[in-house]
Amino acid sequence: MAEDKLVVAGKPYRSRLLVGTGKYKDFAETRAAIEASGAEIVTVAIRRTNIGQNANEPSLLEFLPTSRYTILPNTAGCYSAQDALRTLRLARELLDGHDLVKLEVLGDSHSLYPNMPETLDAAKQLVKEGFKVMVYCSDDPIQAKMLEDLGCVAVMPLASLIGSGMGILNPWNLQLVIDRVKVPVLVDAGVGTASDAAIAMELGCDGVLMNTAIAAAKDPVRMARAMHQAVEAGRDAFLAGRMPKKLYSATPSSPTEGAIAPSQPKAA
Amino acid sequence: MIQITVNGNTRALERSLDVAALLAALQLAGKKVAVERNGEIIPKSAHGSTLVLDGDQLEIVVAVGGG
Repeated sequence: MAEDKLVVAGKPYRSRLLVGTGKYKDFAETRAAIEASGAEIVTVAIRRTNIGQNANEPSLLEFLPTSRYTILPNTAGCYSAQDALRTLRLARELLDGHDLVKLEVLGDSHSLYPNMPETLDAAKQLVKEGFKVMVYCSDDPIQAKMLEDLGCVAVMPLASLIGSGMGILNPWNLQLVIDRVKVPVLVDAGVGTASDAAIAMELGCDGVLMNTAIAAAKDPVRMARAMHQAVEAGRDAFLAGRMPKKLYSATPSSPTEGAIAPSQPKAA
Repeated sequence: MIQITVNGNTRALERSLDVAALLAALQLAGKKVAVERNGEIIPKSAHGSTLVLDGDQLEIVVAVGGG
């Protein structure tokens, strides 16, 4: 079989599963889950450092060697284009000029739904400043196309609310987005379990980004492995091309010829 | 004495320091951090040559777990 890679901003990745690093018990668990997930692109948040406390505390990045992982800084918690811009400029400085970023500008803390006007504004400015922008967005094909036209390197519609685990609630819209844009489409948010990831990939998504589905499982490392397999299975099923659905007719899988003689009905 | 704000908290300094000296005073020397001063990034290469002045607003950030 030909090698099937996810290409983001010209760089190929073997894994189509991208993972977050939040909500784990400790860094050791974070690292073990990420390893089991097979992910190569790993997203991190940018926050104020604790000053004067635990000066010798290890940092997340010590557990995620950049030789092995592509670190994807995100703007989680930003509610305006301006805050997202400042956060990603800080991230680029923090990561020595690394320019692949995840933009998300949130609308409100209740739904964490994207604020699309602010997202579009921020995307435009970030592209101008040389960032390679993967962007969390609504599953609206028109706005996804706008983001592509602005120069974003991947669009990442939510499948359901961030952290909800509600799965793929609108497969038709995802399909519209996939049909409409040429850059990779990744489901970002909403996946709850392995079948959700497989469904996203079967629809033709180029990848899936998740955090809570793994971190909030009872056994995160095992769930990470399940997600790894689900993304691969879903991708293979998509590439294999599923059989058509036949709503009203059954078709036997075995030959209809050559069956043994039917038994005679028993006498009453 | 000058007064600055670091990550939302005001601090008094005896005198103006450069960013590198401030990071050292905050026990952050050698840590993977990024610094923003009054809304502008101070690149690592400029930490030794950029003075923190009275009234400056600084943000010092790190990467943390998130999705």
